[in-house]
Amino acid sequence: MAKRRGSPWTGLGAIFLKEFADHLGGARMMILEWLMLLTGVGAVYTAIQDLRQTTSEDPFLFLRLFTQGHDPLPSFTGILGFLIPLIAIGLAFDSINGEFNRRTMSRVLAQPIYRDALLLGKFLAGLSTLAVALLALWLLVMGLGLVTLGVPPTGEEVLRGIAFLIVAIAYGGVWLAAALLFSVVFRSPATSALSGLGLWLLMSVLWPLLTRFLTQALFASQSAALMGGQSLQQIEVQQGLARLSPDTLFGEAMLGILHPATRALGPVFLDQLQNAILGAPLPLTQSLLLIWPQLTGLVAGAILLFVVTYVIFQRQEVRA
Amino acid sequence: MNEAIVEAEAPMNDIVIEAKRLKKRYGEFAAVDGIDLSIRRGEIFGLLGPNGAGKTTTILMLMGLTEVTAGRLTVNGFDPVREPLEVKRHVGYLPDSVGFYDYLTAEQNLRYTARLAGIPRDEIDERIGEALAQVGLESVARKKTGAFSHGMRQRLGLAEVLMKKAEIAILDEPTSGLDPQATFEFLELIRGLKAQGLTVLLSSHLLDRVQAVCDRVALFNRGKIALQGTVMELSAAVLGAGFNLAITVRNADPARLLNGIPGLTRVIDDGDGEYRVVADRDVRAAVARSLIAGGATLLKFDALEPSLDSLYRDFFERQEGGGRIGEGTHGEA
Repeated sequence: MAKRRGSPWTGLGAIFLKEFADHLGGARMMILEWLMLLTGVGAVYTAIQDLRQTTSEDPFLFLRLFTQGHDPLPSFTGILGFLIPLIAIGLAFDSINGEFNRRTMSRVLAQPIYRDALLLGKFLAGLSTLAVALLALWLLVMGLGLVTLGVPPTGEEVLRGIAFLIVAIAYGGVWLAAALLFSVVFRSPATSALSGLGLWLLMSVLWPLLTRFLTQALFASQSAALMGGQSLQQIEVQQGLARLSPDTLFGEAMLGILHPATRALGPVFLDQLQNAILGAPLPLTQSLLLIWPQLTGLVAGAILLFVVTYVIFQRQEVRA
Repeated sequence: MNEAIVEAEAPMNDIVIEAKRLKKRYGEFAAVDGIDLSIRRGEIFGLLGPNGAGKTTTILMLMGLTEVTAGRLTVNGFDPVREPLEVKRHVGYLPDSVGFYDYLTAEQNLRYTARLAGIPRDEIDERIGEALAQVGLESVARKKTGAFSHGMRQRLGLAEVLMKKAEIAILDEPTSGLDPQATFEFLELIRGLKAQGLTVLLSSHLLDRVQAVCDRVALFNRGKIALQGTVMELSAAVLGAGFNLAITVRNADPARLLNGIPGLTRVIDDGDGEYRVVADRDVRAAVARSLIAGGATLLKFDALEPSLDSLYRDFFERQEGGGRIGEGTHGEA
């Protein structure tokens, strides 16, 4: 195959700016933002009601804003774990097939750009939109906390908050890449959106159940079952399977970064806990080290999905 | 194979698009099956033929938008497979039923394309204004394209080509779906492109409508070019003559009456008293005299421009009895 000439990034900036402006000005993003704002603020508000009673007891008061749940609302992070995929799918489910259906694809590709720029520009624009929305929400939560709790956050709390933001964006990137993939594979936006939502339900609701059934089936005959417990191997397999879901990775990372007392995300033996002061917080660097695999897993997942999307898109015929 | 390619002399350096044995296969199906094309600078060249004959596929290969299976291709001195950006920089493309971003205005749509095309920022506004004025859309420049009619979209697409200051304009079915008045106006715009020195390549399945603007045409049939040349050349090649008469008579058999007129080659019965008379010179006077002398009631007597539509039909009927206009064996969505 002859090598092509010219930079694959030609036109990337123009595509990024247009898509970004479309997202920010579009009615769809407005709906998603309101949804996120209302549920997010609702969750934080109920958390604040609880926290007011314990202000003086907790060294990481601000982090509780993100993690404190109060029936019937889940915690702020719980809500984000649910909403980020929804927003990402909402942003990207019709990004490529929409161009075909509007018959703008051949006109855009007839300009001196490569398809690389089109796909990457759309992905980056979606990710930036998501990042802007999350950042705004994050600042809002911090502001609400300042006003209602009357205590400023410590430096470490702010840093942990920023780490939380980065993980949330990476998590959004996975779902954005998945939605982009569906928009390349399916010509109809409705099918693409439905597939995205289906995958989201599978990953967030069904996957934890499925992993349990799968491991039980795998280890059914082994002796550990006779002793009434699970073998270590079984637990590890189950956890490994569960970590294929970005939701699991996101949940674990949230746990590690927002609960400084978290020491491990896998099984821990009793002898490992000897001399440990239970409930004592880890320093920030150790917490970051703890969630590092989760974060890289999310980023790798996003890149992998993007590459698959790229390969399929490159092979697609321009004519519908 | 009956290839009746009528070649005319042209200096080699004036050829802007050249294809040699160009092929495109989709699996087993050969969409384009070894065509030769050479298009000169400044001419209007028509790719004509029914839907699914390979016209759009040829255009996509010229633009570097689809892979070439085999053959050699140069557009403006560049190879569309290896240097698609260079090709696309100098070639404007108006796709079949072009679409725009409905929520943007005409101006914003063009501005986006201008940025993609890498037009310098300080020139963009001026070029957009000029292009819109040239296609007569300056009054709706700030209207959203969602409200545009099909004809307005086509003209906006042409404005995009003009804005790019392309050297070659490739227009895919530019007049399909337009009403007669809009078609006429659009063809005038295409003539205007030629006047500006652009090379225009256009495809159409409506042979008669576009033959008027084309300097040369290539007739496509099932992935091959059956005929190539000027309309007069094709007419001479197919009918062996360049002069056509349409007559309508009653109470007579023109075939018998006209027999023996020098230069007359054929009398074709179109039914219902209508006949076409084909000759290699002007036989009007002789034909009229013979008919009247033979006692025929002459209802209509018309000298015809050679029509591509009838040429095409005649050619393929004689060849294989198939491949008629509008037959469309393969969908071209």
